[in-house]
Amino acid sequence: MSTALVSSAGGRVRPFWPPWLAGIALGLVLLLTFLLVGHGLGASGGTTHLTAWLGSIVAPEATRANPYLGPMVREGNALSAWIVWQVLGLALGAFFAAWQAGRLRLQVDGERTVGRWRRIGLALIGGAAAGFGARIAGGCTSGLGLSGAATLGVSAFVFLVAFFAVGLVVSRLVRGVQ
Amino acid sequence: MSMLPEVASGLLCGALFGYVLENAGFGSPVKLTAQFRLTDWSVFKVMFTAIVVAAAGLLALEELGVVAKDAMFVPPALLGAAAIGGALIGAGFAVGGYCPGTSMVGMVSGRLDALAFVVGLVIGTLVFALGFGIFGAWVNAGEFLDGDTLSEALNVSAWVVVAALAAAAIAGYAVAARFESGPVGPLGAEQAVAGAQPQIIVR
Repeated sequence: MSTALVSSAGGRVRPFWPPWLAGIALGLVLLLTFLLVGHGLGASGGTTHLTAWLGSIVAPEATRANPYLGPMVREGNALSAWIVWQVLGLALGAFFAAWQAGRLRLQVDGERTVGRWRRIGLALIGGAAAGFGARIAGGCTSGLGLSGAATLGVSAFVFLVAFFAVGLVVSRLVRGVQ
Repeated sequence: MSMLPEVASGLLCGALFGYVLENAGFGSPVKLTAQFRLTDWSVFKVMFTAIVVAAAGLLALEELGVVAKDAMFVPPALLGAAAIGGALIGAGFAVGGYCPGTSMVGMVSGRLDALAFVVGLVIGTLVFALGFGIFGAWVNAGEFLDGDTLSEALNVSAWVVVAALAAAAIAGYAVAARFESGPVGPLGAEQAVAGAQPQIIVR
């Protein structure tokens, strides 16, 4: 299954930015974020608030009583947090970029190499490992790795070394998307 | 801070972040995981360049007095927790094709596997929350007491650290050029949008 979606590029797929240019742009966006709010960019904080919000709908009592999710729910709406707005912005900005460049396509990416359901299953398992890991570390590749390293945080560099080392090993053990 | 500026700054910073990530090609799990197969070094290049630019920019703004020293959030040096989290997110990236931020980019560019990854993120967060009695202690694992930043830990000027990072980035670009000149080069937008396809370039 693969369906090209509407775009403003008239059927053409525009190339990606060269990595050095994207890197400089990302650095400037990160710098702007620090200036505006005093901390960097993130992502997993958004899905953590989303989890608390879903919990408050499905199991309100249990979520309120949970030592980790409870405080996010008790203070009012679990979705009313800066990181939730930032992740919503991330989705909008990325959608606009993909639309503008003819890179919107409905698909299960990677199904050609590993099969559709195996790909969906691997994505679920990978997501669960990343979601759990981000709660242990207090951030993910963006919130701890990227933003923490910009402030020269020691834990950010430990995170990045562990991330690359384990990623290199696991990608040789498990045939994932490629 | 009042409600409106928080909403506005969140949406603005997020939108720029997402715009850059998608244009870097980071909605494609094939391109992202090619970093670990060492055939496409975009993840390393984009992240390392951004770190050097932002770190140098923050230091320069401190020197100029635009921002106060120690006004920016520095993550606490809980090195055990960072290592456990980094390992799990690295493994999740290799297996699932994304990290939390890039799964959002993949999802909004039409990838249903990225939606599955986001569902996985919620499941992983739920497992952590339900087992908080056990896992809560891991969050504080391996606290390093000699400072939260590399310049404090190594007792050198922050500019020395930034210069070392810039040198490491330049070395990384040189190493990347060698790997990327192999039979499988960096993944282009056409292949990324068409879905996973083994790409062999005949030179």
